[in-house]
Amino acid sequence: MERFAVCSQMTENPNQDDTRLHFDSGSKPRSRRFEVRAERALRRELLIEPLAELGLVAIGGPNDPEPQLELADGRVVAIDGRSEQEFDVIDHFLARHGIDVAVAAEAAELDDDEIARRLVDIAVGRAELVRLSRGLTPARLARVVGLLDPVELMFALKKLRARRQPANQAHVTNLKENPALLAADAAEAAARGFAELETTVGVARYAPLNAIALLVGSQTGRRGAMTQCAVEERRNLQLAILGLVTYAETLSVYGTEAVFADGDDTPWSKAFLASAYASRGVKVRFTSGGGSEALMGHAEGCSLLYLEARCLATIRAAGSQGVQNGSISCVALAISLPAGTRGILAENVLAAWLDLEVASGNDAIASHSPTRRTGKLMGQFLPGTDFVTSGYSVMPRRDNMFGGGNYDADDLDEWLTLQRDWQVDAGIEPLAEDDVLAVRERGARAIQAVFAAFGFPPVTDEEVASATSGYDSRDLPDRDRAEDVLAADRVLSEGLSGLDVARELDRAGFTDVAEAVLEMQRQRMSADYLQTSAVIGPDGTVRSAVNEPNRYSGPGTGYRLEGERWELLQALPHVLDAGALVESDNPVGAEVVRELGRALAGDRSDEVVIALGPAFGDGLRATIAGIPHGQVLRALIEGAEEAGARPRLVRVRHSADVASIGHAGAKLSGSQVAIGLQSKGTTLIHRADLQPLDNLELFGMAPLLTLDSYRAIGRNAAGYALGQRVGPVPTTLDNFARAKLIVLTTLLHARETQAVVPGAPAVDLELLPATPDA
Amino acid sequence: MSFDPATDYPLGVHRPDLVTTPSGVPLAEVTIERLRAGSLDANDIRATPETLRRQAAVAAAAGRPQLAENLERAAELAGVPADVLLEIYTALRPRRSSVAELGGWAERLEQEYNAPRAAAFVREAAAVGALRGLLADD
Repeated sequence: MERFAVCSQMTENPNQDDTRLHFDSGSKPRSRRFEVRAERALRRELLIEPLAELGLVAIGGPNDPEPQLELADGRVVAIDGRSEQEFDVIDHFLARHGIDVAVAAEAAELDDDEIARRLVDIAVGRAELVRLSRGLTPARLARVVGLLDPVELMFALKKLRARRQPANQAHVTNLKENPALLAADAAEAAARGFAELETTVGVARYAPLNAIALLVGSQTGRRGAMTQCAVEERRNLQLAILGLVTYAETLSVYGTEAVFADGDDTPWSKAFLASAYASRGVKVRFTSGGGSEALMGHAEGCSLLYLEARCLATIRAAGSQGVQNGSISCVALAISLPAGTRGILAENVLAAWLDLEVASGNDAIASHSPTRRTGKLMGQFLPGTDFVTSGYSVMPRRDNMFGGGNYDADDLDEWLTLQRDWQVDAGIEPLAEDDVLAVRERGARAIQAVFAAFGFPPVTDEEVASATSGYDSRDLPDRDRAEDVLAADRVLSEGLSGLDVARELDRAGFTDVAEAVLEMQRQRMSADYLQTSAVIGPDGTVRSAVNEPNRYSGPGTGYRLEGERWELLQALPHVLDAGALVESDNPVGAEVVRELGRALAGDRSDEVVIALGPAFGDGLRATIAGIPHGQVLRALIEGAEEAGARPRLVRVRHSADVASIGHAGAKLSGSQVAIGLQSKGTTLIHRADLQPLDNLELFGMAPLLTLDSYRAIGRNAAGYALGQRVGPVPTTLDNFARAKLIVLTTLLHARETQAVVPGAPAVDLELLPATPDA
Repeated sequence: MSFDPATDYPLGVHRPDLVTTPSGVPLAEVTIERLRAGSLDANDIRATPETLRRQAAVAAAAGRPQLAENLERAAELAGVPADVLLEIYTALRPRRSSVAELGGWAERLEQEYNAPRAAAFVREAAAVGALRGLLADD
C-alpha cells in the first residue's frame, strides 16, 4: 500500500520521466532503478537470514555452548557444556592435546572483554597472547574474537601473524594439463615472488608430471619456491618421497564429529598422517574453514565461528604448524550471512592467535561482484597474513582447476596497484613484460629438456612458444594424453626423483635450475621448513616464525613495506615518468603567436578579447585533448567573427588561473567581454563587471572540448559582447574524465604555473599563419 | 659442539655439520658434482630421525609443544616404510579397525619400529574410537 502511495505521487510530478516506472501485467509498479540493480552480477548470489538450526549463523549462534572448562586432578573433565562422558571425538582430542591446564586456571580469571582488549593492545605481545590461548576452549576463543569489530580484527591479525613478512601462494593449473604451460606459469609465479605454488590434477594419474613441471618451472623462476600437488594422500606422499613436492595442505578438519567421520577421518588419523608427512620432510598445513559443516549437513546448530574454533583447536593439538582457513571453498556460503565477512576474518585471527601459520583463503570465488570480492579481501590484504591468498591464480580463471580464481592473471595489475596504493606487501612483485616472456620461455624449455631426457612424449617448440606468450591453454596444441599418462606412471614405477630431474637439467645445460632443484632436495635433509610459517629464500635460507617472528608492537615496529622492497613494489611496468609525460604529449611544434607589446584597454564595443594563459602557444602547444593551440585560436576567432565581433588576442602573464585570465582579458576588452583560455584547454567567458571567480559560461571539461565547441564559444562571447540573446554552448559530460586525466591536468597546469611572471602586464599577440601542426 | 635449539636454527645455515642423510652423507656433500659423479642416492636424500628430533627441540624451545610432539612422532616414523605408514593411517580412519587391530599396530610400532610415542597415539585413538563408536567390530 505504501509503495503504491509513493508511486502515485511520483506520477503526478510533471517532471517525472514515465519510463522510470512501469507497470507489469498485474499493474504492480516497479522501480527501474531496482530492476537495473537486480540485473547486476552481485544479485546472482543469495543473501539469507540466519537459520540457526542448520548452523547458518556467522558469529555467536543461539545454540553455541557457553564457554566452560573444568579440571579435576589436572585433567580436563568438561569442555563447553559437555562432560567427559559426553565428549565427542574432538573434545577427547582437545582434552588430551589441546588445553594447557596450567594456563587454563589463569585464563579463567580473565573476563572476555579483558582478553579481547589484550588482542588489540600493543603493550601485550604476541607471545603472551599465544600462551593465553593455550588455556581457552573453542567456545571461549570464538566468543572473544567475536567481540572485535572489523578494524580491531585487522589490527589483531597484524599483531598475531606468525612470520614477520607476509607472503603469497599461487595456483598453477591448466585444463589441458600441458607441462610446458604449467612450467611457464610456475616460472612466472616464482619470479613474481610467490613463496609457494600449488597445482592439482584433472586426471589423477597425471600427478607426477604436473609435480615435475611445477618443480622445474618454479626453480627456473626463483630458487626456493616451494611446491605441492594436491592429490589423494597416498600419491601425495609418494611424490614427496621422490622429492618432487615439498609441502601439502590437503589435510581437512571439521568442527563436528559427524562431519569429521563423513570426511573419513578422525583427529587421530589426521594427526598421524601429518606426522607421516613430516617424517618424509614434507611441510604440512591443515585446511579448515567456516561453512563446511553446514554444507555437509551436520553443523549441530552451531555458528560458523564456533565450529571453526573447534577445528583450529584440533589443528593446533594435532601439532600442525599451520592452516589454510577463512571459509576457503565455502566462502560464498559464509558471506551469504550477516557479518559473514567479519566472521571469516575472525577465523583468520583465531588461527594466528593459536600460533598457526595462516594461508588466509581468498582463493575460491567469493562473489560475482568485484567490489564485494575486494571488500572481503581487504581484511587479510591490509594486515598481511603468512599467505594472503591460499592460491592466487597466476593463469586466467578458465584454466584454474581448483574451482577458484577469485583473483587471476587478468587481475594482476589491480593487485599490484592495490599494493602500491596502500603501501602494503601482499606478496606479488611487478615484472616487466620482457622479463616475464624470458622466464616463461626458460621454464618451458627446461621442462622440454627434462621430458626429452626421460623419453617422455616430447614437448614441441610450438608448445614452448605458445606457453611463453599465449593467453591460456586454448592457445596450446592438444597433447596425446594417453601417452602422457603412461609417462606419468613411469615416474612412479621407475622412481624418477628430484635428483634425477636435477641431473637431467644439468646435462641439458640448465645447470642453475639443476642447482636449485638440488637445493630443494637438501632442504628435505635439514627439514628447517617444518617449523611454523616457513618459506625458503632464494639463497636457500629458511625464514620462519622461529628465526623471523612477527614482533609487531605498534608504529615503527614489525614488518613495514619500505626501502628496496617498497621501491620494487611501486615500480609497476606501466608507471610513467611524470616529467617525460608532459614533454611527450606536447611536442614543441611551430610557433603559434608572436608578442607585440603591452596590451592596453580597447575602446571598440564589438571587441572580444581572447585572453591566453602564460604558456599558451608557447611552452605548451596543444590542449589536454591534443588539439593544437593554433587551431583552437582559429576556431574561437572564426566563431567570434561569424557572430559579428572583432576578436583580439592577448596573453595574460601574471596568473595561470582561468578565472583571473578571463577577468583580466575582460578588463582589457572594449566590450568588457573576454574569453579566458588555459593552455590545457579549459575555457570561460567573462565580463569585467563580474566578480573574478564568477563568469558567464565555464567550460571545465577541457578534454571533451572540440574545435566545434571552441567555435561556439567564440560565437557566444560575441553574442554577449553585442548584447544579443545567447543560449549556452552545449557541452558533454564524462564523469570518468577526471580519473583518466587528472594527472595530465596537474602536469600541464604546473607548466602553465611555471610560466607565470608575477606582476607582469598582459601583452597583445599576433596569430602566426597556420602550419600543418599548429 | 652440542646442539642448542634456541640458537642453532636454521640447521641448514647454523649447523650443517649436524645434517646428514640416513647413510651419513653430510649436507655439504649433496652437490652437483656428486650428482654428476652418480654418487647420490635418491632414497637417501631425506631427514634423519636425529634431524627431526632436533627440529622437535627447536619447536619446543619456541614454545610449540604440540608441533614438537608431532615432530617427535615424525622422527619415530622416519624409519617406517611409507606403505606401512599409509596402512596405519587407513587403519585409524573411522570404522576401519577394531580395538584389537589398532592394538596390533601399536604393538608393531613399538616392537618393530621403536616408535613408542606413535604407538601410544594409536592406542589413544583406539580408546577414544571405542568410546565414540568409530571403530569396526571385532
